[in-house]
Amino acid sequence: MSLVSSLIEQAIHRTALRPWPGLAVDADTWRAATLGLGAGEVSLVALWAGDAGTVHMALRDPADGQSVVLSLATTDGTFPSVGLTHPPALRPERVIRELHGLVPEGCPDDRDWLDQGRWGVRHPLGAATAVAADGDAYAFRAAEGVPMHQIAVGPVHAGIIEPGHFRFTANGEHVVRLEERLGYVHKGVDSLLRGASIVDGARLAARVSGDSTVAYSIAYARAVEAALGLAIPERAVWLRALMAELERIANHLGDIGAICNDAAFAMMLAHCGVLREQVLRAAKATFGHRLMMDRVIPGGVAVDLTDAAPIRKLVAAIRSAFPALISLYDNSASLQNRTVSTGTLDAGLARQYAVGGPVGRASGLTFDARKAPGYAPYPDLVFNIPVRESGDVDGRVWIRIDEVNESLGLIDQILTRLPSGPIAVALPTASEPSEGVALAEAFRGDVMAWVKLGADGRLAAAHLRDASVFQWPLLEAVIENNIVADFPLCNKSFNCSYSGHDL
Amino acid sequence: MRTFLLKGLFGRPLTEAAPKVDASELEELATLLGDTARRKLGRSLSIREVDAGSCNGCELEIHALNNAYYDLERFGLRFVASPRHADVLLVTGPVTRNMKEALERTYAATPAPKWVVAVGDCGVNCGVFKGSYAVAGSVADVIPVDVSIPGCPPEPTALLKGLIALIDANER
Ligand code: SF4
Repeated sequence: MSLVSSLIEQAIHRTALRPWPGLAVDADTWRAATLGLGAGEVSLVALWAGDAGTVHMALRDPADGQSVVLSLATTDGTFPSVGLTHPPALRPERVIRELHGLVPEGCPDDRDWLDQGRWGVRHPLGAATAVAADGDAYAFRAAEGVPMHQIAVGPVHAGIIEPGHFRFTANGEHVVRLEERLGYVHKGVDSLLRGASIVDGARLAARVSGDSTVAYSIAYARAVEAALGLAIPERAVWLRALMAELERIANHLGDIGAICNDAAFAMMLAHCGVLREQVLRAAKATFGHRLMMDRVIPGGVAVDLTDAAPIRKLVAAIRSAFPALISLYDNSASLQNRTVSTGTLDAGLARQYAVGGPVGRASGLTFDARKAPGYAPYPDLVFNIPVRESGDVDGRVWIRIDEVNESLGLIDQILTRLPSGPIAVALPTASEPSEGVALAEAFRGDVMAWVKLGADGRLAAAHLRDASVFQWPLLEAVIENNIVADFPLCNKSFNCSYSGHDL
Repeated sequence: MRTFLLKGLFGRPLTEAAPKVDASELEELATLLGDTARRKLGRSLSIREVDAGSCNGCELEIHALNNAYYDLERFGLRFVASPRHADVLLVTGPVTRNMKEALERTYAATPAPKWVVAVGDCGVNCGVFKGSYAVAGSVADVIPVDVSIPGCPPEPTALLKGLIALIDANER
């Protein structure tokens, strides 16, 4: 029997969580799960702390996709470290320690992660204590050996991108080590969500990572609806998917262009940029907002589709222009020279981190939240999940190319089969505490939303987990032995969210 | 590739092939902005973007200014890589406490005369992130702001209008 099923079977206490089983566990069961993670029997979906000193671990069976959330109520403010046996958990548990003051016993990394000593408060979500805000030093890992030099980049970068710091140790041109320092755009989202109304929570969720605003809104809305046991109108479900696929296409087009641009192939950026702009204009014309922010709401969607013509025109325009761009990419040796075999992510590492999105699927992982666990309307639609094995920049470009084509097909099907009827239902007033969890597949990977509603119908606690959380550490791995000049290319091909990671 | 290059050389520019929606208004705006910048600054305008805590939504629209529809560069408006080359800082986001010092330093590194544009609801008043322990304040709470461009995120046309307002208000 798989670890997940045996955990479910042996569970003594269930939490109120829906729709995944939520298990209230003791430290021993928690520890058993960490060993299972270390042994690769189960994948880590998320690790976070809620309210009242409770830590949560979401796990997925890699074979059948069955997911479960373990909840451990810490009695003495400590919990067994997950990162000790399973490195992907290191950063999430450092975040739990600095935000909540809960200590992962045995955690091999005692440095703060998001807390740079500038908040004027320690453990803002736990027993908050005021401190001076004069900044902490950060101990970067040393690289020893033959003469090497360090290159420090950021937080303010040269392009129009988000802030973060990269510390390269290089031997000549070759990168020996890259260490990331993130947290610059930490906005305290978990604390803002605490005590917020469901509606205010939706506006926050939509602004965790603006490029994935639709996906975040879907994940959050589905988590709230699961907690409330609320079924939403069919038409809303399909309109959500329509917006999600438009968002995916817009972002993939942006990424394909930007990756090629970082290989000094600006023509691709120009052409992809035109197509991307057309997607945003179609979104504005149909849903009233270029990024479709706040168009997905708990209970349904905020705007109806009255005229599908702009979207049909858009699909036709992309279908006619995109194939030439694909062959341009495929046939430009100078471009391929930069992308093929650059920044290769090992399949084993990808599996260990259960990394989602094009990053995972270019390294052989098949996971896509739309298929497994799957959520409406996707089980009713015909589409493929493109998977490649090369794991390099080129592989990640191709996954995006293939996904644009798949999403065009999905939009066709959605427009043809869009059910009629209302687009939203009113939210019931909550009468008892409840808990909900959901995944949504954003363009960069799965977004997880977890909400805990109090008896007053407000959020007692909530957490949103971006796919970037497990992608950022792998960027450090793929740059190894590449040259410094290839970093922008590797970085763009991952396109992790800083804001989604820093929360 | 040759086909693309030939098309690029002999085909009509994309900016004209653009859908009519707001293309004329856009053209007008961008020309006005370029002319105003040249008239008042005697040269083109160099813009340095600083994300001081944004959700990255504002960055997407600022990026869009560079696409073939808006194509800011044809009017001499450029995004530059260093604050030392910049006339204007375009600042997004609620300024997080972790970015406050970096923003102050970027401002200090920008040579005078310089202007600051606060972009987005977050840059203007912290938006939905107001009141967080991790947020230092709006852009104006940290460095002097000349023009504010609200919106979540502001559309490219709103960004163009804001830049025009900036130059109009600040004759050298
Ligand atoms: S104004 Fe809106 S789009 Fe811009 S950073 Fe704030 S939340 Fe994001």
